[in-house]
Amino acid sequence: MLDKAFYGDKKYWSWVIFLLILIGIGSIAYITQLKNGLMVTGMGRDVSWGFYIAQFTYFVGVAASAVMVVIPLYLHNYKKYEQIVTFAEFMAVASVIICLCFIIVDLGQPQRLFNVLLHPTPNSILFYDMIVLNGYLLLNILISWNNLHADYRRVPHPKWTKVLAYISIPWAVSIHTVTAFLYQGLPGRHFWLTAIMAARFLASAFCAGPAILVLLLLILKKVTKFDPGKEAIQTLAKTITYAMCVNVFLFLTEVFTSFYSNIPGHKATFIYLFKGLQGHGALVGWMWVMVITAIACLVILIPPKFRNNPELLVVGLILLILATWIDKGLGLVVGGFIPNPFEKVVEYSPTIYELLIAMMVYSIGLLVLTILWKIGVGVKRELGIIPKQN
Amino acid sequence: MDNKRRKILKIAAATAAVSFTGLPIETFASYLPKIGKYVKSDKEKKAKQWGMVIDTRKFKTKEDFEKVIEACHSIHNVPEDIPNKKQEIKWIWEEEFTHAFPDQENPFLAERYEHKDVIVLCNHCQHPPCVRVCPTKATFKREDGIVMMDFHRCIGCRYCMAACPYGSRSFNFRDPAPFVKDKNPKFPTRMRGVVEKCLFCYERLEEGKQPACVEASNGAIIFGDILDPNSEIRKVLRENYTIVRKPELGTEPCVFYII
Amino acid sequence: MYDKEKIIPGLIIFFFVLTFPFWYNLGQAAYKTPEPKLPVNVKKCIEDTKWMRANHMEMLNEWRDMVVRHDMTHYVNSAGKNYEISLQKTCMKCHTSKKEFCDKCHVKVSVSPYCWDCHVAPEEVTNGQ
Repeated sequence: MLDKAFYGDKKYWSWVIFLLILIGIGSIAYITQLKNGLMVTGMGRDVSWGFYIAQFTYFVGVAASAVMVVIPLYLHNYKKYEQIVTFAEFMAVASVIICLCFIIVDLGQPQRLFNVLLHPTPNSILFYDMIVLNGYLLLNILISWNNLHADYRRVPHPKWTKVLAYISIPWAVSIHTVTAFLYQGLPGRHFWLTAIMAARFLASAFCAGPAILVLLLLILKKVTKFDPGKEAIQTLAKTITYAMCVNVFLFLTEVFTSFYSNIPGHKATFIYLFKGLQGHGALVGWMWVMVITAIACLVILIPPKFRNNPELLVVGLILLILATWIDKGLGLVVGGFIPNPFEKVVEYSPTIYELLIAMMVYSIGLLVLTILWKIGVGVKRELGIIPKQN
Repeated sequence: MDNKRRKILKIAAATAAVSFTGLPIETFASYLPKIGKYVKSDKEKKAKQWGMVIDTRKFKTKEDFEKVIEACHSIHNVPEDIPNKKQEIKWIWEEEFTHAFPDQENPFLAERYEHKDVIVLCNHCQHPPCVRVCPTKATFKREDGIVMMDFHRCIGCRYCMAACPYGSRSFNFRDPAPFVKDKNPKFPTRMRGVVEKCLFCYERLEEGKQPACVEASNGAIIFGDILDPNSEIRKVLRENYTIVRKPELGTEPCVFYII
Repeated sequence: MYDKEKIIPGLIIFFFVLTFPFWYNLGQAAYKTPEPKLPVNVKKCIEDTKWMRANHMEMLNEWRDMVVRHDMTHYVNSAGKNYEISLQKTCMKCHTSKKEFCDKCHVKVSVSPYCWDCHVAPEEVTNGQ
């Protein structure tokens, strides 16, 4: 079945080579970082986690979102998702790989990574994050690969993958809960110290992840003639809309708590993010873009008339991805460190090295996704689900 | 041959079993043939929880601060003048009162406190969040209460820096060695990619000495066992009104301030 | 055999790569046991020299954990003599040169322990002052 990845047209191979070139460029930046240390990044003693950990957090959400396809299919027997579930699970695999890569590039001593296994420390949330992320990766590889292989051999799916799929549902929730716990259990970081952090993470994951999935499926439709089905896309769009509403609602409850209580520590980061604090406001522009895109995407997604229009849906989803990415992949992690423990503002912006290395990690994820989806498409084409090419 | 293989398998099985118990591997028979034994220093000062009282009234001039900072940074090979100020390394330094104690700020604070500098360092908390979050036990609490760093084990994830509410931890964003003037041959430097901080001069306590900053402070810093009711530091704590940084976070800092 | 014209050159290249270390070292001087400079005025190391040669790396590892993690600051050797556990203060007191002692073997066998990334070698101090 793996051989399907080796038979492609010119377009496929140029895309793969393009990704490999991006990975190559990024790895030069990563080698520079390995040689010189994290001094090549914009991080410092005050903002000690930056772009890498923020992207990690965002992609944990994308990984968890596969469950939005798995639940309707496995718990409610919603057959319309039967053809796209493999693609969703493959996307989860690629996302978890992106997460793990972002953790590795963030480490000061990556060659000591296995100290986490050699000296297991159950009081650290990172210990559990390692377990749930790797477990989720394994679950998704096992389920998606074996089910696809059963299709390939034209036999029914084995029973045990169904059991694993049931397990993967709470497991998906756990990966994002544990990731939220990384932040929300720290004393003295007021912006993160909130019980709804995990809920917020899940809400934003369950809109952003499926949104990315839908866009990728539409690209796949263009490239390979694989039709995910109009109804499947529309149902996913409904899920996305509900999750985004919950996401915005939870964000607003945070704003209410901070400003109605009037506690300075709780307000400070919000003020920094949306207005600027002590004369610093590097993220203000971004945050207002988030507000506008969040409102705009809801305006498009909520009325069924707009949502069911394929072109408008694409616009809405792009806006939604932008809004959630600014919220979680930019504001949340960096904002948590500002102001610092001395109530001073020390700002952060990523350097070109960080961006190149992030590009490398994204490209690795995309390459994994490309290969896995290529195999999926190959099998489905053989089964006649996708029309044969001329 | 077979015997040797069996032995290796036994060691592997034992190692796996030990790592599940969660106990440090070196408490069990290790790979090293036991020929010597390990003992504690007989000169070592002992305590249940080391603590410090900083009498901020006695820090008056710039020199009062500098000599204390210099005493620490010079013997611990702390790098100086790292070009990127955001990435500098600090073990003990001066900070304005209102920034060190943000919860003590009010708009009508007496002028003499508003811009008053105080010495800050690792608080060696009784419930340290940095130790709680470390995924490798590279930072841990010693029996005498010192929050210790094992630079050999740190993977540089910087979770401890996110967890510390006092900004006491520094990360080596670059190789610090070129920025250490006159290296102290009795203490190591650090390598890039690990976190470091004040260690309450555990290496001087082992030799029966006081921490370097305490010695250099001319009595402005008092050091002792805060869990020993008869210690000198407890006497000072009984007789003076003291405050700690951010008590509301439940970390129970062991560095106290007389204002 | 199918694809003979691809398989045979492939095998030849593979064989060449496999045996590359032998080709590469052909005609070079034979391996000589390095001779680290031993201390002059001290006759005995903390343990038997032969034992130290075989086990010093494990011992340093164990010393490190004992002193950093378990507050065991002294080592009593098999003869009952007490030593402070310290690479810089104890080992290098007799072995006064990293270059003439440690590096002699380590360079020869291409191992690069990271001890000296942090620990201050005697040379660094004498040069600096």
